[in-house]
Amino acid sequence: MIDTYDSNEAMLASLKAGGMGTYDVAVPGDYMVKIMAGAGLLDTMAEGELANKGNIAAEWADPNFDPGRQHSIPYQWGSTSFAVNRDVYTGDINNTDILFNPPAELQGKINVLDSQGEVMALAALHMDIPQCSTDRDQLKALNAMLLGAKANWVSFNSDTAKEVLVSGDAAAGMIYDGFSAKAREEGANVEYAFPTQGYIAWMDNVVLLNDAPNRENALKFMDFLLVPENVAQLTNWTRYAAGVEGVAPLLDEALRTLPEANPHEGAGQAVFIDACDEEVQAVYDTIWTNLKK
Amino acid sequence: MAGGAASGGSATTDTYKEARNWLLLPAWVYLGAFVLIPVIMMLIYSFLTKEFRGGIIWDFSLAAYGQFFFDRGLFGDEPAKIEWTYITIFWRSIWQAAVATLLALAIGFPTAYFIATRPQKARPMWVFLITIPYWVNLLIRTVSMKFMLRDTGPLNDFLMGTGLINDPITIINTNFAVQLGLFYSYLPFMVLPIYACVERYNFSLSEAAADLYASKWVTLRRILLPAVKPGVIAGCILVFVPSMGSFLAPDLLGGAKNFMIGSLIEEQFKGNAGNWPFGAAASMVLLSMVLIILMVFARQQARAEKEAS
Repeated sequence: MIDTYDSNEAMLASLKAGGMGTYDVAVPGDYMVKIMAGAGLLDTMAEGELANKGNIAAEWADPNFDPGRQHSIPYQWGSTSFAVNRDVYTGDINNTDILFNPPAELQGKINVLDSQGEVMALAALHMDIPQCSTDRDQLKALNAMLLGAKANWVSFNSDTAKEVLVSGDAAAGMIYDGFSAKAREEGANVEYAFPTQGYIAWMDNVVLLNDAPNRENALKFMDFLLVPENVAQLTNWTRYAAGVEGVAPLLDEALRTLPEANPHEGAGQAVFIDACDEEVQAVYDTIWTNLKK
Repeated sequence: MAGGAASGGSATTDTYKEARNWLLLPAWVYLGAFVLIPVIMMLIYSFLTKEFRGGIIWDFSLAAYGQFFFDRGLFGDEPAKIEWTYITIFWRSIWQAAVATLLALAIGFPTAYFIATRPQKARPMWVFLITIPYWVNLLIRTVSMKFMLRDTGPLNDFLMGTGLINDPITIINTNFAVQLGLFYSYLPFMVLPIYACVERYNFSLSEAAADLYASKWVTLRRILLPAVKPGVIAGCILVFVPSMGSFLAPDLLGGAKNFMIGSLIEEQFKGNAGNWPFGAAASMVLLSMVLIILMVFARQQARAEKEAS
């Protein structure tokens, strides 16, 4: 039995609303692994239960969202920033000003992801404040900055983030790296930005759920996903990146030199989205509602 | 239905009366399981405490309704003021749905009249034609609308080709696009009930009115409209109510820049907010509003019937 979902939050909601015990594995994003583990939804894999655990690439073997990889293995990872239509704007795009303080050519032509986590994280990078800041002045400034920036945005679309760039409905848009590459392959003259202020990294992970009806098979499946040949096939299809050692030589030539996967020299740091605590999350929710009311 | 059956011949009345409860059982089971129980669950949830990141804690709380009606500032610790945010969102949804309903009425009424005045044999074909586009999934139709309306779409190409306009009219990502999308989504719900009424209308009444020197306008207003009023009201309700809770058209055609009731509630269950009691409370407010609207219509209808008899 397979079910799909359009956001981490939607998956969490369906698991909490009686979905536990139905599924063996789920594929949450980085910060959601931490949330699910905290909520006691994830089973722990004892040392040695996964034969291929050693194949996980060193930089992903001990991530902050799942220290020691006790509940999860890497599925695919990539980055989220934004892409700009080069027919419309030819200036420097490696700056978050493109979204939050755009040049005249792009004003009123910007799509942002309809996703609180991504918008807030990129906004925090833009303002050079920590994610999930508890500082009241910083939060007030964040609220004001976003309200001001919204005047230059034309839409909030996640599912159609690529399509609006290809069709020309938007001239710049927040987007995942793979979506941006697909937009370019479909003929849009878009360039993916790695802003100097930093950009968002994401990683989807396969997690072992508590009360899995077929725990043995789930582990077999996870082992399968850690074999370089298998995950290379997956990666050639998704056009993101694998978190497994030895995949690179098996990838398509085009994928190895993909501009969307190879940041330039001056690019800022890639950061994972933080899961805020309850108090800050309440403020974030209010800011998000203010933004969309 | 059961009322109609019971008012049949007097000999059969008693038989039906006894069987009626049993015959209605499937309907009651259905309504109970899929309407009544979920609504009661929503009602209970709306008075419970929220669990962080979705879920509920079984402690009585008015916090959800408090959040709906009172504004306590960005950090939730200022003195309470009236919260306009959600009223604004509700008002926007009502307004969008109302415009969509009026558009549907303006197009749907003449269409229904046209179909009802075709020869008997041709009518099913016209009704069939009305329903054909609705065999396609709503999502696909809404995305197609987006293609039609966008700056580089066929509509703007056509208008620019004819020389009527020089620059494309921006329709996509505006409120008008949402209204258009809602109107298109629910148009048959307006046409079909009105058609059912106009079809039963005795056209000799119109002729009689004309014989008595009533103008066409007066005949429409004083004779036809009162006769088909139940169909018009049913059509308006069937378009208005789903339009108000819709989130597909606002998201895809309106650019999701502003919450509508539907997307606000969705966000509470599926989005980051994860505030189930608040989503339930907003649903209860919406439900109460719809019920009030329906009750007002029902009372008007009852009064009109009383006057008629």
